[in-house]
Amino acid sequence: MKPLTTEQIRAVIARGKLKDNIFKVMGIFCLSLALVVIVALIADMVIKGSERFTVDFFLNFASRHANKAGILSAWVGSLLVMFVTALAAVPLGVAAGLYLEEYAKRNWITNIIEINISNLAAVPSIVYGLLALGIFVYQFGFGQSILSAGLTLALLILPIIIVSTREAIRAIPAMIREGSMAVGATRWQTCRYHIIPYAMPGILTGVIIGLARAIGETAPIITIGALTFIAFLPPAPFSELGDGGTAGLFDWVMAPFTVMPIQIFNWTSRPDPAFEVNAAAAGFVLMAMVLSMNAVAIYLRYKMRKNIKW
Amino acid sequence: MQIQETPALKAEARNLNFFYGENKALKNINMPIYDKKVTALIGPSGCGKSTYLRSFNRMHDLYPGNRYEGEIRFFPDNTNLLSADVDPIEVRMRIGMVFQKPNPFPKSIFENVAYGLRVRGENNRRVLDDKVEHALKGAAIWDEVKDRLSELASNLSGGQQQRLCIARALATDPELLLFDEPTSALDPIATGAIEELVHELKKRVTILIVTHNMQQAARVSDYTAYMFLGEMIEFGKTDEIFIKPQDKRTEDYITGRMG
Repeated sequence: MKPLTTEQIRAVIARGKLKDNIFKVMGIFCLSLALVVIVALIADMVIKGSERFTVDFFLNFASRHANKAGILSAWVGSLLVMFVTALAAVPLGVAAGLYLEEYAKRNWITNIIEINISNLAAVPSIVYGLLALGIFVYQFGFGQSILSAGLTLALLILPIIIVSTREAIRAIPAMIREGSMAVGATRWQTCRYHIIPYAMPGILTGVIIGLARAIGETAPIITIGALTFIAFLPPAPFSELGDGGTAGLFDWVMAPFTVMPIQIFNWTSRPDPAFEVNAAAAGFVLMAMVLSMNAVAIYLRYKMRKNIKW
Repeated sequence: MQIQETPALKAEARNLNFFYGENKALKNINMPIYDKKVTALIGPSGCGKSTYLRSFNRMHDLYPGNRYEGEIRFFPDNTNLLSADVDPIEVRMRIGMVFQKPNPFPKSIFENVAYGLRVRGENNRRVLDDKVEHALKGAAIWDEVKDRLSELASNLSGGQQQRLCIARALATDPELLLFDEPTSALDPIATGAIEELVHELKKRVTILIVTHNMQQAARVSDYTAYMFLGEMIEFGKTDEIFIKPQDKRTEDYITGRMG
């Protein structure tokens, strides 16, 4: 074959670059499509709900009058449910992921467990709701409480946390593990001093992704029977109760509740169009909650990763 | 008549076989490791020298499907390191290891060296300070890091990181120190520093070093073993191995006709 002339080389490059550019344009188009959709969605909610962005909206309970209705019980409920969810799902998920990566022997039982964790992540959330209705609400007698809701959502996001924990652990090079074991550390010492701290940024990302998913879940919460109209807050620890007694530290977990998505769902299903304004405003608040959770996750991950280099 | 001083034995492999699953990686290895001497393992890639080295601190136990046969006797107490009754953690507490690529933990310089002590339950700050300083001096890196012990180890250069890893191994006073190609990721100057250090260290600790660099073996070791395809072809004093190897295969490797 004769070597290419300079002209021919340039022609080849030009052809290659044309494809480069076509792909670039397509990529930018797809990206902006996604961005436009989300920006339009948020803008729509902001514009529709703008007249409700007052302090009262955050401090009022639900009401029959759209302009007096607020999201106090909903956002408090959402936060408390998330708290229970995180408290239950994080230790369980991290421990399960750690066990599977660091301790479990590779055999067919582990393989089956692994496959089923992926399957669990794909189970429709309503099914978790049905399961929780049977187990938490009736069997354990937790009732239609924050505890039931928190545990339900914990089940829902457990696979996400397990999978992200395992991925974070797998990203730690074997030489770090070997370096620890080589000085005579046990598996647990290796996990405690190295694996868990170094996997923490990845675990945290998984936790927040899970919580962001959980905070928007409606179906399982409706299934276990969250109220749609609620005009009181769960009892704060050590506050005075109506019957003259004092609330215990954990009384609030057994209280009935509502959450943001249910409040939104409730408002959109009302005939009075004034409630749509409320729904839009509440939708924006929910969006803001999710986005700020993500922001915290990104910040923490950045801060923690800065010191972890191999 | 020849009067030959034979140094004390620190360890001895006896009929050692090793299997990665079905694959026999070490074939009937018999070899002494002499106390307070440097023994080098040389041989072409894949000959089993690292596999052999990692048998001493039971590193293979970390992964499933690995199996040992035979013994590695460890003296003076004549323990069989490979026995199922001996906890690999106990073995690793007595035998330190330095890896091919420097693998400091993403923690402070101080914590890297103190780690082995912490694992042994030592939390007294005074004791830790003392031992960390001693170990860093032993690894000839104290002067470079004494003013920044709380800085991240990853900020050190590759050669410094490797000496830090040596300090980490030294901090717990190992009886035997394993080096797995410790300079293969380092530049010639850093390599020189490590070699000098090995020379210094043999006054206090027995050393077994894998190297693919024959000049390095010749420079640092008292004894050399040539391995090929999982077998121990030849073992002897380094001078003798390099000047008049007994086996044709050793000679081929050393003279560069193979490998």
